Amino acid sequence: MSTIVSLSDQSTATLPKLSYLNKEYGLKSWLLTGDHKRIAMLYLISITFFFFLGGSMAGLIRLELLTPQPDLMASDTYNKLFTMHGVIMIFLFLVPSVPAVIGNFIIPIMVGAKDLAFPKLNLLSWYLYVVAGIFTVSALVLGGVDTGWTFTTPLSTHYLNTHVVTAALGIFVAGFSSIFTGLNFIVTIHRMRAPGMTWFRLPLFCWSNYAAAILMVLGTPVLAIAIVLVILERTIGIGVFDPTKGGDPLLFQHLFWFYSHPAVYIMILPGMGVISEVISTFSRKRVFGYTAVAFSSVAIALFGFFVWAHHMFIMGVSNYSALVFSLLTMLVAVPSAIKIFNWAATLYKGSITFETPMLYAFGFIGLFTIGGLTGVFLGSLGMDIHLTETYFIVAHFHFVMVGGMLMAYLAGMHFWWPKMTGRMYPEAMSKLAAVVTFIGFNLTFFPQFILGYLGMPRRYHAYPPEFQVLNVLSTAGATVLGLGYLMPMIYMTWSLKYGAIAGANPWQATGLEWQIQSPPLTENFTEIPVVDYEAYDYDWLANKTKHEVTTVG
Amino acid sequence: MDSHAIATQPAHGEAGHESHEHPAFLRHHFETVEQQKEATAFGMWLFLLTEIMFFGGMFAAYLIYRNWYYPAFAAASNTLNITLGAVNTAVLITSGFAMAIGVWCAETKRKRGLVISLLVTMLFGLVFLGIKYVEYSEKFELHHVPGADFSISQFVHPSAESHEVPLGADMAEKTQIYFSLYFAMTGMHALHMIIGIGILIWLLVRAQQGAYTSGYVQPIEYFGLYWHFVDIVWIFLFPLLYLINRHPGR
Repeated sequence: MSTIVSLSDQSTATLPKLSYLNKEYGLKSWLLTGDHKRIAMLYLISITFFFFLGGSMAGLIRLELLTPQPDLMASDTYNKLFTMHGVIMIFLFLVPSVPAVIGNFIIPIMVGAKDLAFPKLNLLSWYLYVVAGIFTVSALVLGGVDTGWTFTTPLSTHYLNTHVVTAALGIFVAGFSSIFTGLNFIVTIHRMRAPGMTWFRLPLFCWSNYAAAILMVLGTPVLAIAIVLVILERTIGIGVFDPTKGGDPLLFQHLFWFYSHPAVYIMILPGMGVISEVISTFSRKRVFGYTAVAFSSVAIALFGFFVWAHHMFIMGVSNYSALVFSLLTMLVAVPSAIKIFNWAATLYKGSITFETPMLYAFGFIGLFTIGGLTGVFLGSLGMDIHLTETYFIVAHFHFVMVGGMLMAYLAGMHFWWPKMTGRMYPEAMSKLAAVVTFIGFNLTFFPQFILGYLGMPRRYHAYPPEFQVLNVLSTAGATVLGLGYLMPMIYMTWSLKYGAIAGANPWQATGLEWQIQSPPLTENFTEIPVVDYEAYDYDWLANKTKHEVTTVG
Repeated sequence: MDSHAIATQPAHGEAGHESHEHPAFLRHHFETVEQQKEATAFGMWLFLLTEIMFFGGMFAAYLIYRNWYYPAFAAASNTLNITLGAVNTAVLITSGFAMAIGVWCAETKRKRGLVISLLVTMLFGLVFLGIKYVEYSEKFELHHVPGADFSISQFVHPSAESHEVPLGADMAEKTQIYFSLYFAMTGMHALHMIIGIGILIWLLVRAQQGAYTSGYVQPIEYFGLYWHFVDIVWIFLFPLLYLINRHPGR
């Protein structure tokens, strides 16, 4: 059942006199803040910086691959570029993107709390993130690191004399930033909910971030110890991963992927939460199968811990364990499909409107489905041997991470931008950006599926001339894609000053965050709300607006 | 669902915040002391869970290599000083006991008792680290530290009085894995103790000012949890590292 809510007239809306943005002024009031909303803004600025840094490296990589010959840069420079691109995009952009910016801002408000459970820990997370960024940038400036983002032993421990330790320390510290964010979310969702906000009244964004937080808390420490052992091996020569001393490099892979596969779900789950919110809001309909979608997040988190060895099928793990891991990998497709089908069913007979967040959400559904299904290809043992370490892999995870997560992140940023800043982004421009991004993305990464299937290996800076046509297409697409990412950055900055005033609830959405002023007060709620309606209850919202007494002044 | 999450006290307006009656340690974003206690306790236990996963990686490595290289592990383990190890275990348990007394003192508002038990906790912690230092330096003298200086001669040609079975050179090389894990595991454990002692110094200063003996015991309680966790890690490390295939009196 769907309810049509007429958009209230926003033309008379004014910015509230007091909000978290103007309560205090000065750099110190930002750098020492305990306010989750201000910390979210600090994260927004820093991850945007690292996104464009990592993105410019992607641009250089694509430029080098325009021609079959190595002409733009030497092979070791190329190695350093794709390593840094991976490290920055994964640890400094994708992992913190939706949780640390949007989640940080929205989750406490969604559950009806004044802040996250541990505000100081939250600020510490951001500082750790900055320290991690400094380590990573220094590794880059000092001469780079060329292990690939996977730090594979014995390459990383024995054969390279680049700045492995500096970059590894950066990842170690970034890991703690993410552990503390996850810990904060779990405690907040368990212990800070407003009266009446039961588990099954939580917006699905909270559920998916909760699932991702479990992965952060349980997975990241294992990465931390794996990295510590690599650092100890490089510096003092212990031999846990060193075959000459009896150690096994495969053990590193097990420990590394025990985190890094769940990390994929750390990256995608919060994005799925964004999509649930956006799809429901712009179809004016409760998410179909709320409970199934909520539990599918938890199921993805759970299964996510038992599939890591599918990254190691060609590395000599036993056939029997490969068989089991292959089966478990395909099982992950089930909860993912539950989500996709439920979103489709939510759209069915909804009153759909095509605002920018919705366009990005549609992009997500299509691209994530392709990315997810090609993951099943790679999870099947026979196909994997042919396709792994080729551009097919590159295309697969970019469809999930860029086509999926980045689309979801942009959907979320557009969706909650009015709440964060109190101002609207320009609608026509942003729709154009969404379309440009979608076209640019497909042009960049779809040819890479074909390249990979034809056998072009990843991580090489030169290739046989017969692959050039597809590579030129891909590089052309990357140009369009880059444009698509620059646009939001420019018009959103513009909208900070010149955007139309948004008002409290421009989308007529039902979450608690839309029932308070935008931008919110520092303490979010003047009175802790008592929740007496289900999530996504548009009837409740319609009735509420009907009986609302509008006061002037 | 769980009723703990629901703030039981009605919210108060902004203006009334200053005049509102609540203990000074209640943070502004919590509604009640009860909610703050439950949130912080939950957070602390979650943190300990991440610590378990952190050490878990090394325990997994230990399990695998011990199964592969059992003779090397047994021989290398026998070179550790079991007396020092056992004394250290006792020292650490005593330290943990003093910490437990400290938590009790804080709960029953005994400031002097709290300060003394924290001091005892710290003292025994330092004794543990001192003994560990002696053990580590012994390893350096024996060339049992992994790296360029590592020597397998003791395992290939054991001295007559040690009653050890000589290992083949190939297996003897694997003792280096044992010592790698020994240093990584006890080193990470010692690092946790050093961090703990750092926190203890801060807690001592605050306890001396009477911060934890007027109803606000959480910092002491949670540090106690951390300290006991570090103890428990050692309780696993001691048998796994020191007591492989010991034959007393042989």
